[in-house]
Amino acid sequence: MAELPTTTIIGLEVHVQLRTKTKLFCGCSTKFGGAPNTQVCPVCLGLPGALPVMNEHAIELAIRAGLALDCDIPPMTKWDRKQYFYPDLPKGYQISQFDLPICVDGVLEIDDPADPEQKRKIHITRAHLEEDAGKSMHDEAAGSADSRIDLNRCGTPLLEIVSEPDLRTAEECLAYLTKLKETMVHLGVSDCEMQEGSLRVDANVNLEIDRHGEVIRTPIVEIKNMNSFRNVASALQYEVKRQYGEWEEHGWTIQTKGKRTFGWNDVKEITYPQREKEESADYRYFPCPDLLPVRIPRERVEEIRQSLGETPGEARTRLQKQYGIKEYDADVIVSQGRAMVEYFDTVATTCDDGKRASSWIQQDVLRTLKEQNTDIESFAVEAKDLGELLRKVIQGELTNDRARDVFKHLAENGGSVDSAIASLGIEAVDDSEMESLVQSLLDANPKVVEDVKSGNQKAIGSLIGQAKKQNRNANPQTVREIALRLINQS
Amino acid sequence: MLDSAFELLRQQADGEVSAVEIAGQAIDAIEASQKLHNAYTHIDRELTLAAAKKIDQKRAAGEPLGALAGVPVAVKDVLCTADMPTTCSSEMLRGFRPPYDATVVERLRAADAVIVGKTNMDEFAMGGSTETGAFGVTTNPWDIKRTPGGSSGGATAAVAAQTVPLSLGTDTGGSIRQPSAFCGVTGLKPTYGRVSRYGLVAFASSLDQIGPIAWSAKECALLMNTIAGFEKRDSTSLYTEVPDYVAATESDDMRGMRVGVLRESMEADGVDPAVKAAVAHAIGVFAELGAEIVDVDLPHREYWVPTYYVIAPSEASSNLSRYDGAHYGHRSSASDNLEAMYCKSRAEGFGEEVKRRIMIGTYALSEGYADQYYNQALKVRRLIRGDYDAAFSQADLLLGPVTPTPAFELGAKLDDPIQMYLCDLFTVGANLAGVPAMSLPAGFNDDGLPLGIQIQAPALEEARLLFAGSAFQSATDYHTKRPRG
Repeated sequence: MAELPTTTIIGLEVHVQLRTKTKLFCGCSTKFGGAPNTQVCPVCLGLPGALPVMNEHAIELAIRAGLALDCDIPPMTKWDRKQYFYPDLPKGYQISQFDLPICVDGVLEIDDPADPEQKRKIHITRAHLEEDAGKSMHDEAAGSADSRIDLNRCGTPLLEIVSEPDLRTAEECLAYLTKLKETMVHLGVSDCEMQEGSLRVDANVNLEIDRHGEVIRTPIVEIKNMNSFRNVASALQYEVKRQYGEWEEHGWTIQTKGKRTFGWNDVKEITYPQREKEESADYRYFPCPDLLPVRIPRERVEEIRQSLGETPGEARTRLQKQYGIKEYDADVIVSQGRAMVEYFDTVATTCDDGKRASSWIQQDVLRTLKEQNTDIESFAVEAKDLGELLRKVIQGELTNDRARDVFKHLAENGGSVDSAIASLGIEAVDDSEMESLVQSLLDANPKVVEDVKSGNQKAIGSLIGQAKKQNRNANPQTVREIALRLINQS
Repeated sequence: MLDSAFELLRQQADGEVSAVEIAGQAIDAIEASQKLHNAYTHIDRELTLAAAKKIDQKRAAGEPLGALAGVPVAVKDVLCTADMPTTCSSEMLRGFRPPYDATVVERLRAADAVIVGKTNMDEFAMGGSTETGAFGVTTNPWDIKRTPGGSSGGATAAVAAQTVPLSLGTDTGGSIRQPSAFCGVTGLKPTYGRVSRYGLVAFASSLDQIGPIAWSAKECALLMNTIAGFEKRDSTSLYTEVPDYVAATESDDMRGMRVGVLRESMEADGVDPAVKAAVAHAIGVFAELGAEIVDVDLPHREYWVPTYYVIAPSEASSNLSRYDGAHYGHRSSASDNLEAMYCKSRAEGFGEEVKRRIMIGTYALSEGYADQYYNQALKVRRLIRGDYDAAFSQADLLLGPVTPTPAFELGAKLDDPIQMYLCDLFTVGANLAGVPAMSLPAGFNDDGLPLGIQIQAPALEEARLLFAGSAFQSATDYHTKRPRG
């Protein structure tokens, strides 16, 4: 962007989906991916006569987010109705927050992409709660012109975090979004799964063009609903050039053209104008008469502040220092959120081996969570159990392979490590029993004995496979040691 | 005797009559009166008899029975019922069958009441004459050339025509009290939040309240015992204990009670002399019962109607936006794009009065006008509430007229919305303030039309209203008069 004699002014509106089990105003599940219209009730369908009831957990999460963004939490907030007609908005209005949002006046500090030594303070204007709308699906079945509406998402709680127009480059926007996402995930406020739509970004962009000392501002364009960081960066880079070109061609300024709404086409990689009427939309906000104003006592805010704990940055540094793990590994764990950090802490201290804990979590735990489509809080393998399991491996009671069997069993059935070991029929192998097994193998394989005696210790490898075949609980290390000892004695 | 719930309860307890027989009588009476009064939008003989049969079986098996066992109750067609259509007397919702029961309906069923049908109303409860609905006009059982009032005209006419002893209405600006006065029955609008609104199809959410209609205050108390009380599905529901309202009606000693007379109300333009006389007479009755009579005033009274006619349509314009032909309501077949579909569906589905109020509300909430109208109305509403607080520091009850006139003729005000809105002159204050208010039969004019008086009490004091109403009825016999059928 540097080649143009301009300053880019960017403000971001980020919608994060709050990690509540139920919707903002009813008890329906917020789980992603259900069959259309299976997670709905009279309230989220907007059925005549149904009334909303506020979800306290959403308020709690919004306050957590606000405090992490250094926001003020005013003592009173309220709910407003935002009216517009749209097929995926069943009530004809969205319950949102207009003039008294739950969080105001925050700051998010980011690393300056132009100078890693420097920090940039991005101001947060406000963060407010609102319910999500449904989803329209057009022409899904080939050849038909049907439009169908899935209202599963209706009423899902969103926190809309609005920044001041403090951002100047696409790189800064990425730094801001990355930091924001990390913070929200870490605090358990949101999953921020962009492919599931639980983090969506709108960007307000215009240019200040310095023409011989006279500053000209181009019309503001709001680019709606970008659902990946890459799209945000590409859209912004494209839009800056487009706006400059538009100014050169038409000379439009903010005074003559105001604000417009654009979309981002990620196939053609262009921004394009959307519903022109949006700019003059009158949402006729008014306080929702079905919901009482929400009072948030100072003490509650302070309680939540006390519970916030370390920041993601602090957690990363601590994990590296405390457990001697690499920066990359600490990153992976911290980026999974606070609950994962706590899980790791317990596993690592129980088995007293941070590196092993880190590698098991990154491989086995994360993979299983994905397979089971669940999160660490609902995971069947408790941290202390995984810690104990790893301790058994370290102490040689179990092989890695057998430990994986135990882990798999725990992940599927829960329960304790010992009960899993028992039900898998794993038994600690008696040394004398193992000795006679190895002896019989040596007797049957004189070639191996010869090879070892002539200095080729690797030859024992072929015995290990056979030993395991005869006794699934045979530990390779033990087999190797016993074999060497017996050969040396013979 | 389909006009006394207590009598029906006694007859069943004494084995004189079964619930099925009562239900049959009620349905017969409804069918006989329907042509004349059109008080119902839906009845269902089979369903009603089946419900009654269950009550008889429970009684025969010696199972415990609810407080309204076997009593037929009619329900205004704005309340959701899973087994009957809920239309709000609108073309928009013709044939709409909600998948759930309103809380009050659940509570009626739990009390073993027998729901006989849905009563006619002004479309979406907007109107004062039960003439704006899509299913025809309801007539006044005292004079079929006249309106029963509205919007709960069907619910009051159903009682007045003696098809049921009890019915449920809703009151947003007087919609229980005004038709109760026109039909010579007793109707109570409870404190806002006293009765759960879950399942009440919203007109103006901050004003709507469900209430009982019957001949006497004591019967209203019986119905209140069933429907009142906190419910978590309605965030505006009040978390306070429910007193025994029937027990509250057992005394008629009004000594120590200060009855505040809203004398200036009666001086308003256009108040019929017979209405004034009824109030004057009622003052005497209360004084004889031992009450102390004091004069009080609600100074911002002249702003009630304008304030109401900004707030109610504003909320209505929002509440009714869901009827767009895509999600709910009639869908026009004459459109070829989304916007035209919305416009035509709403144009075809809504009646004149509903459209008028949606337009008023949309305007009052729109950018640039909200401060002038909607926000201003909210400020005035606070002043009105302040007036009530001040008045209740001087008096325990407020007494005044319900309506400026007795029942007017059908069609008389239909083309003059302002005249129609002025019917709410004395009733909307209670809705804006959220306080309970009751209409009591208090006489007849020279044409034999019923006259009503209104008493109002501080928030959550409906027991006081029911007590005072019952005391008034122990000293008068207006509530025992019946129209010649």
